[in-house]
Amino acid sequence: MRVTKSIALASAGLLLATSLAAAQSTEIRIGVPLEPPALDPTAGAAEAIDVVVYQNVFEGLTRIDENGAVQPGLASSWTISDDGLTYRFSLNQGVTFHDGTSFEAEDVKFTFDRILAEDSVNAQKALYSSIADVSVIDPATVEFTLSQPDELFLFNIGRGDAVIVAPESADNNASMPIGTGPFAFLQWDRGSRVILEQYGPYWGEKPALTKASYVFIGDTGAMTNALLAGDIDGTYNFAAEALPIFESNPQFQVLVGTTEGETILSTNNAKPPFDQLEVRQAMAHAINRDEIVEGATYGFGVPIGSHFAPHHPYYLDLTGTYPFDPERARELLAEAGFPDGFSATLKLPPVAYARLSGQIIASEFAQVGIDLELINMEWAPWLEDVFANKDFDLTIISHVAPFDIGIYANPDYYFGYDNPQVQALNEELNATTDEARRKELAQELQTIIAQDAVNGFLFELAQTGVWNAKLEGMWKNAPVEGVVLRDIRWVE
Amino acid sequence: MTNYILRRILGFLVTLLVAAAVIFFLLDLLPGDPARFILGINASPEAVAALRQQMGLDSPALARFGSWLMGMVQGDFGHSQTQRLPVAQLIADRMAVTLPLTLFAMVISVAVGLPLGILAARHRGKATDTGLMILAQVGVAIPNFWFGMLLTLAFAVSLRWLPTGGFSPWAEDPAAALRSLVLPSLALALPQAAILARVMRTALVDVSSQDYIRTARAKGMTFGEAMWRHGVRNALLPVLTILGLQFAFLIAGTIIVENVFYLPGLGRLIYTAINERDLVLVRSATIILVLAVSLTMLVVDLAYGLVDPRLREKSR
Repeated sequence: MRVTKSIALASAGLLLATSLAAAQSTEIRIGVPLEPPALDPTAGAAEAIDVVVYQNVFEGLTRIDENGAVQPGLASSWTISDDGLTYRFSLNQGVTFHDGTSFEAEDVKFTFDRILAEDSVNAQKALYSSIADVSVIDPATVEFTLSQPDELFLFNIGRGDAVIVAPESADNNASMPIGTGPFAFLQWDRGSRVILEQYGPYWGEKPALTKASYVFIGDTGAMTNALLAGDIDGTYNFAAEALPIFESNPQFQVLVGTTEGETILSTNNAKPPFDQLEVRQAMAHAINRDEIVEGATYGFGVPIGSHFAPHHPYYLDLTGTYPFDPERARELLAEAGFPDGFSATLKLPPVAYARLSGQIIASEFAQVGIDLELINMEWAPWLEDVFANKDFDLTIISHVAPFDIGIYANPDYYFGYDNPQVQALNEELNATTDEARRKELAQELQTIIAQDAVNGFLFELAQTGVWNAKLEGMWKNAPVEGVVLRDIRWVE
Repeated sequence: MTNYILRRILGFLVTLLVAAAVIFFLLDLLPGDPARFILGINASPEAVAALRQQMGLDSPALARFGSWLMGMVQGDFGHSQTQRLPVAQLIADRMAVTLPLTLFAMVISVAVGLPLGILAARHRGKATDTGLMILAQVGVAIPNFWFGMLLTLAFAVSLRWLPTGGFSPWAEDPAAALRSLVLPSLALALPQAAILARVMRTALVDVSSQDYIRTARAKGMTFGEAMWRHGVRNALLPVLTILGLQFAFLIAGTIIVENVFYLPGLGRLIYTAINERDLVLVRSATIILVLAVSLTMLVVDLAYGLVDPRLREKSR
């Protein structure tokens, strides 16, 4: 009798458990540290915009997958002319925008004309400057003509900045985004959350989730509590110092992946004494990367010796170019005419990795006689002072654009590095289509930049997501900004 | 009395105008270009210039100040530069959170603080008094965000009675909206209740040695009766002043508490807007706060006149 009763109780409990699980099986609530100011990814650089809408609400002609490879998106296939200047895209049929209007070649032309227009406010306009012309061949075919070969073209048109928008709705995308993606915008409770719901007539494979809420939680402590209490189901990139709480908890999974963020001690190469190679070499010798990775990223960062992502096939390990050697650093400083060292300022933007790295570097530099004054700044003045006006000695920043070694070929860029050899090599790299030769060129560039000690190369930022253990299909890596929902599902 | 009211209202208007000028020109000096902030580090100079022009940042400061003032007089607070929505609408939406939050906190602090103050005064010098005042001292010393985190850990993470934060709109689920304000209002109210208790106690102690209390007792009233009929009313004056200041303090305190509880309130709106250099939004929201605080002070001043006839006499 007693046995039957407990079996009955157990099965009742089991029933309850399964019905509870079934109830939560198609919705997700994701914690996001910053609220996007608007939801149009083609008119702003805020990461939070792409986190919510990229590949969820909006799609591009191509799409970037979790490993950074280019996949077909709204374009089902394409052909490239032998000279690498003409790209002809075949578009998917039966695609509709969330307001019911159909997607056609005209929308593609409209999107790119808008990006390249005189009064365009696209944050990445420069990436699309190789496009000379976009022509509609028929409603399902569009042809791009480039002014010069551009190996990154297919990647760049898959970014959030080049998602396809419709002329009917483009002007309202900031507050009412209308795209072609698997999720349609449902509501935005300002200051609180954005809710997306599955778009029934989506042209591609249906995602498992029917609804997704992005909850804006700025405070790390509050985010930790929300995760622990089950008020949110996960967050895509959480503060490294909070991860131990979740690593030891079986209800959560911590996903550690890669980003495209080369974190560097940016050095004003145009300003004395940093225009002297010996001074920059001395600084490179004074940097102890292991200490910085441990102290500033809690061990999650990957040391780098040049401006290149370690997971990229063209990567060359140059971390040994200037090994940690304070003695050698002092010698080089003496050779450069600073036997007693010098003082400089280090301007730090308001991100944990920069503030923490800055303190460690200041103490490392002090040991070789370089006296750093740390200046903590907010984003807006940092952007203006350091980035626009080049009014700085040193700063720490993560460059998150993928394959961005080309910034070293731009003498007007904020760190002021002007090397004709690098400029020529970069031009050749952009125009080369042969894979083996491209790799050679990219590695040559990495080597020159490392040897010139243009900047202090610190580490590649890691992506550290915390998710409910019963979720799967989240991106581990962040080849582009975004939290792509298409493969996420609840499992038992 | 009319004279008294007129002078207070004039003072109120001058305060607003001076505040508007200070807010506008100080923020104009703030380093950082809003357009560059929106477009980020890879933006081309042309795109930044195009956006600056769209945002109306290229006209002179004095002209922008004039049009801002004129707009406000006509009830137009401008458009947020980052969210591209009318500021009035953004603020009204956020008020649906911040106003109830502040009011709940006020009510809780009065409901807890005043009785405790009276209790301590009645048992002056005894163990109850000492115990209550030690508690009040601790309450004043605890920062509200830290208290908020303790509350979250206990009632949201461990017991799961209440959410850790967030807010569902009133129209959607009033019960859920109310639930999400419980912990934040408690966190906001505790330090205020502690201050009120101390002020109430001190005021009552002061009053109890006044001549009119002795007179009342000489007429045959018990001490309790005398305090209730004559004491409490007089002791309320300093408490009223503190309450007025506290309302202002509570609205400012919501900035931190709203961040800890990720509530979509006015404080968080302003905090984000400052970071993003959304100057139109910061200015208009700040002036509305100034308006709210000055209005409260005005009401307190006028309430003095009601509670204390002597003030009316003096200004004649």
